[in-house]
Amino acid sequence: MASVPNEIDNTWNRPGERAPLITGGHDFTSLTDVACGPAETYRPPRAWYIAFTISVVLLAILGASIGYLIINGVGVWGVNNPTGWGFAIINFVFWVGIGHAGTLISAILFLFRQKWRTSINRFAEAMTIFAVMCAGIFPGIHVGRIWVTYWMGPLPNQMAMWPNFRSPLLWDVFAVGTYATVSLLFWYVGMIPDLATFRDRSKNKIRRFIYGLFAMGWTGSSRHWHRFERAYLILAALATPLVLSVHSVVSFDFAVSQLPGWHTTIFPPYFVAGAIFGGFAMVVTLALPAREMFGLKNIITLRHLENCCKIILLTGTIVGYAYLMEFFISWYGGNQYESFIFRARALGPYAWAYWTMITCNVLAPQLFWFKWCRTNLWVMFIVVMMVNVGMWFERFVIVVTSLSQDFLPSSWHYYVPTAIDWLTLAGSFGLFFTMFLLFCRFLPMVAMAEVKTVMPHADAHAHVPASRSFDYNPDDFEPEQEQK
Amino acid sequence: MSGVKTDSPNATAGRLEGLLVEFDSPTALVAAAEQIRDAGYRRWDTHTPFPVHGIDEAMGIRPTRLPFIVFLLGFIGCIGGLVLQWWTNATGASDFPGLPTFLQGYNYLISGKPEFSLPANIPVIFETTVLLAAFAAVFGMLAMNNLPKHHTALFASERFRRVTTDRFFVYVDAADAKFDEGQTTSFLGGLGGSQPEAIHDIASSPSALPGGLKVSTLILISLLFIPPLVIARARVAKSNEPRIHIIQDMDNQERFKAQQAASAFFADGRASRPQPEGTVARGDLRFDTHYYEGKIGGEYATTYPEQVTINEQFIRRGQERFNVYCAPCHGLGGAGNGTVNATALRLETAGWIAPTSLHDQLARSRPLGHIYNSISNGIRSMPPYGDQISPTDRWAIVSYIRALQFSQQADLDDVPPEVRPELR
Repeated sequence: MASVPNEIDNTWNRPGERAPLITGGHDFTSLTDVACGPAETYRPPRAWYIAFTISVVLLAILGASIGYLIINGVGVWGVNNPTGWGFAIINFVFWVGIGHAGTLISAILFLFRQKWRTSINRFAEAMTIFAVMCAGIFPGIHVGRIWVTYWMGPLPNQMAMWPNFRSPLLWDVFAVGTYATVSLLFWYVGMIPDLATFRDRSKNKIRRFIYGLFAMGWTGSSRHWHRFERAYLILAALATPLVLSVHSVVSFDFAVSQLPGWHTTIFPPYFVAGAIFGGFAMVVTLALPAREMFGLKNIITLRHLENCCKIILLTGTIVGYAYLMEFFISWYGGNQYESFIFRARALGPYAWAYWTMITCNVLAPQLFWFKWCRTNLWVMFIVVMMVNVGMWFERFVIVVTSLSQDFLPSSWHYYVPTAIDWLTLAGSFGLFFTMFLLFCRFLPMVAMAEVKTVMPHADAHAHVPASRSFDYNPDDFEPEQEQK
Repeated sequence: MSGVKTDSPNATAGRLEGLLVEFDSPTALVAAAEQIRDAGYRRWDTHTPFPVHGIDEAMGIRPTRLPFIVFLLGFIGCIGGLVLQWWTNATGASDFPGLPTFLQGYNYLISGKPEFSLPANIPVIFETTVLLAAFAAVFGMLAMNNLPKHHTALFASERFRRVTTDRFFVYVDAADAKFDEGQTTSFLGGLGGSQPEAIHDIASSPSALPGGLKVSTLILISLLFIPPLVIARARVAKSNEPRIHIIQDMDNQERFKAQQAASAFFADGRASRPQPEGTVARGDLRFDTHYYEGKIGGEYATTYPEQVTINEQFIRRGQERFNVYCAPCHGLGGAGNGTVNATALRLETAGWIAPTSLHDQLARSRPLGHIYNSISNGIRSMPPYGDQISPTDRWAIVSYIRALQFSQQADLDDVPPEVRPELR
């Protein structure tokens, strides 16, 4: 990876001049070589093997703890009465939230013509798919009898029994199901041209056949590109309200119920901002090692990371505002149950969780006001790790504080998760990282076709000297195996 | 090597499919595309690694109709989501008689909410709209592009493999009305790109799908239809066999059965939980000993508790209860000559102790609370009735017994004057 120089500063802003989105003087050919590198090298870097081994072990733990759960029932978890929603719902909301950044980058930033998105949108979308997979596991397993989870869907049956469409829990089934499907389509459609690149560059027949199968015979025809771009634009327009709706609907699970601390109208926007916040933190968490490991520093540049940090700062501040507003309303609303719950959050038995959340989510991102912090990779990494932890604790605080101290003081019960709870959570990270590492190894991690459109060479009206010969030369297709 | 290549190494057989020209920049491609458009060709295309800005105008591509298809499907999704929710939650079996059960709606009432309310249905309507519209966008785009297609004639060209990396191509189909091999070749050669390459149809291209794979995939797909068909048939067919339950947890549940030695659920082996120390179950708080036990300060009460009011209706209630619970032994008149006693005497039951007459001196001298206590807890061989008769009803029986006793010991003066003539 030594061919990539250390960080190039493209974070400057000069009037009348655009900072380059791709550094290192790449043209189409060299960019393709670099972007295809991770999937075409014979051996991935040693760090990949280490990370993959750990992830697969965690994935096995997930499988084992779910198997143990199915055999023994939800009693193996720490849920109690009154805290009936424990880790399963916390983890579900946590993972669904992370999934929001991918679609935000691919859809909303696309509609806003934010060209910097092209370098990170593919793996952010992949991250979305894998996060939604992790999220989908938890509502599935927390129902107890997981073999009848299909009852959640409106399937004709001999009992004339249908789901209750007036319940937010059912809205959730539809919202998360639609979100997973549309995200998958969005991701896959965007990947077709890059899969075709993999197909055309592949050396052996099996590789060519498999990538060819998934590339669907893409030839880069301009007539195809025309419909492709239109379809992509429409998908972006559809996914934009969708991404805002999904976490709103997730927040309805709480807000529509009449429990102090949950029954508030601020929940939908507050959840959406939190989701984008947590999602971007995860994007940076993954981008920092991935660009290092696969030599993508010129494609995912410092400017991209700095932009992500700015979004983290913005959304983190919105989340902080929401925390404050909840407290204000609990006082201003004058409802004694509401004010009790919020006092208990900050000062009660779960105060340690609450102040962890405040430190990680509200205070830590404030460092990003300083440009030095936005461009220092270690500061960035520490802050986003804190945000990952903080966003998990946000869901913990919401779910557990309101439930464990319900209306009847005699039934109050301190919630203690069991070892199986923790193992399932750790295992879900195993699933996430296993999928992500496989994705890095076998699929186009950078949206090459899209990155090429934001390079200066792509402008058909600019005068780029034609210096290359027309020969087909097999040597040009040598992937950059050893860049040392 | 020279820049001219008319035959690709693989292009050894087959008819001519078209001509391929390579360009090295989008600028050159757009300029060439304008010339080909103006020359009047119709069946031709350009191939690029990314969507080139301005190529649509240069080629004369008309805007796609895809958005209309997306709108149509989105509309269907919207209406479909609405109808689904109305049908399943707001109609019932009686609204559309004659439908098979699995298609009937079920209009059940939840928390007193209306069966059909648009606001509650909006989230699902939104999701179904987006879902169908997204399907239309993706599958519509693929279908209009005539994809998926594993193989095209263009893949025979080695140089075309760079179309997805960094090169730009023009391809003119031989099926075009204006196509003429010699003329078109020279025209394309003068556009500033490479020399045109002839693309031939090759049956055995390395990128084509193997024939056996197609057949086996088709067989596999048709086999996959068998399990759903079996299930679908089972849903409509009638059978005397019980339903197949793969997971038997609802059929064979772990539980404590009568006569079982110990319950497996709790360490102490008991099936029901003892009452926690210091707690009182709902309705079990019985501080008022007068009402519940018939005692005041440990002594039998001689008055009725404040919860009951003695009137004719109350005594009639006592009579009715007495005739149900007490009369079988004590007799309707309370003389101890009920039907149970008569039967026991007739059968000469060994050890039979005759019920007490409520009219003897001892019974008459008992305080009210004593009688109440006897009903509640039993006395001598009489069993307790406290579990079967509520406290108020026990007091009603006490009041009726007092009335019975009075009826057997009354003077003429106690009888109202207008009824006296009826006595004899």
